[in-house]
Amino acid sequence: MISLYILCLILFLVGLYCVVRKRNLIKIIIGIGIMEYAVNLFFVLTGYSEGGHSPIFVTDQVIKRMVDPASQAIVSTVIVIGLSLTLVLIAIAIRIYEKYGTFDITKINRLKG
Amino acid sequence: MNPVPYLVIVPLAAGFFIPIFGKRIKPLGGLVAAAAMAALFLLSLSAAYLIRVDKALVYNVGNWPPPVGITMVVDGLSCFMLLIVNTVALLVSIYATEYVKRYTDPWKFFSLFMLMVAGMNGVLVSGDLFNLYVFMEIAAIAAYSLVAFGVEAAQLEAAFKYAVMGAVGSSFIVLGIAFVYSSASTLNLAGIASALSGPGSTNVVLFASVLFLMGFGLKAALAPFHAWLPDAHTAAPTPISAMLSGLLIKVLGVYVIMRIFFNVFGISAKLSMILISLAVISMVTASFLAFGQTDIKRLLAYSSISQVGYIMLGMGVGTPLAIMGALFHLFNHSIFKPLLFLSAGAVEDIGGTRDLRYMPGVLASSRLTGYTNLIGALSICGIPPLGGFWSKLIIIFACIQADRPVLAFVAAAVSILTLGYYFKAVTPMLFGTAASSGSPRGNAVGKARKKKLALAFALPLTVLALLSILGILLLAPGIGRQFLGDALAVLVRGR
Repeated sequence: MISLYILCLILFLVGLYCVVRKRNLIKIIIGIGIMEYAVNLFFVLTGYSEGGHSPIFVTDQVIKRMVDPASQAIVSTVIVIGLSLTLVLIAIAIRIYEKYGTFDITKINRLKG
Repeated sequence: MNPVPYLVIVPLAAGFFIPIFGKRIKPLGGLVAAAAMAALFLLSLSAAYLIRVDKALVYNVGNWPPPVGITMVVDGLSCFMLLIVNTVALLVSIYATEYVKRYTDPWKFFSLFMLMVAGMNGVLVSGDLFNLYVFMEIAAIAAYSLVAFGVEAAQLEAAFKYAVMGAVGSSFIVLGIAFVYSSASTLNLAGIASALSGPGSTNVVLFASVLFLMGFGLKAALAPFHAWLPDAHTAAPTPISAMLSGLLIKVLGVYVIMRIFFNVFGISAKLSMILISLAVISMVTASFLAFGQTDIKRLLAYSSISQVGYIMLGMGVGTPLAIMGALFHLFNHSIFKPLLFLSAGAVEDIGGTRDLRYMPGVLASSRLTGYTNLIGALSICGIPPLGGFWSKLIIIFACIQADRPVLAFVAAAVSILTLGYYFKAVTPMLFGTAASSGSPRGNAVGKARKKKLALAFALPLTVLALLSILGILLLAPGIGRQFLGDALAVLVRGR
């Protein structure tokens, strides 16, 4: 179980590295996506219990362990927010390409100060 | 009638109503937005009237009680913020009806504007950590699009920078929420406060605090996380600069930091130390950076970072007097910073430039713009009868009272620096610069056009200037004292 959390952390750091180090706008957007997925995965894992059942009430059966549905509901909302954020970022990136003719952030530097 | 849910429903409904009809009837967008803002202003007044008796208004969404359902809560602090947000947003929306005439599709602007207001009101009324995050993202995504609204190269660049940094900050916030939820098993703010107050949860609280400080500190533009702010404020359309600087960084950043660290986690010595250091770094570095600016909006943006530093300093010192100073400075700053930004927009409209080196001077052609600029600048510098003086004085006194003379000295010194860079900015704006005839864009730019200020520009400027003069009434006994006192009581009570 702990190894899963460590893998989550590694995925998060991969995304952060991608945002901080890459020069291409599209790669930065992909990096943000990777970070969001890592966080979502972590959130779902916090609600998971080993051998857990889906939390549906049935009369003829007693459920001892169940998976927390709230964290899954939260994550599905976070995914939707992430999607709209990605759309805004991509729309801006397309317009930037029209204006500057490049995706390279080192060449997009008209603002200084 | 409980006004709490309507604070979110009205702007959301307006945001979706405007695109349906605004496409055909051009001026409708602005009218609907201004009408919705007027309704929201009345709603927040009624909320302020109602909490005089009850101290808190609670609304359970879908009638589900707190542990299961979602709650919306308006207490003294949120009510204080709601009134500020809806008053300033109403004035900015009136200003915007004139300003957006330069764009081809003004209804898109107002639709996004209303979504941003819905997000901010939602953050203020939500009594639940996750809904707070959702509303925050609504406001933030609307803000990213609004910064890029003119689709000029500089605006797109600033919006991309802002959106990427905002997205990284949001990821840290969701991570923090995951830690809090896995430890407290609830997302209701009151529930978290009682679940985490027991022993054994200090490590979780500390780690989540750091994550939240990164995320919300980025939204509040505290010093190491401020890189997005000068670009976004400079490039955005003027009404949006006023909204971002006056309201968005305070609601998404400062208010949430106050709410989480004072009412949910409880402030500790370590945390207040961190807040104070971040505040001092913001105040000092931003003031020095502001000196070097020649673009008036960029100078105002750096000054915003510095003034948010004052608010966080008051919060960090943490005595009741210091918190009162911080709240009062928050109020003053959200009045005079939009005033300064909107005046700068009017100056740009008259003089044709934002560059301080080639300012033609507006006092001769438009007396009103000159005076509103002057009032805003005097208030932010802390010249005695105006609001800004009293809030800074309270913060400095509170630092001395809390036996921290060094902080008091820093606050006083930064106040002098503020006076310095505003003197540098306001003189050319009022009287023009010697170099104005040598403007790079020809003489037409260098000379102020004799142009009548539109009523939609003049009205918000006058009201904001009056408010920044009358801000002192908040300290007077009676309604103002009650209003500020209720907000203060929420923070001093702790969790």
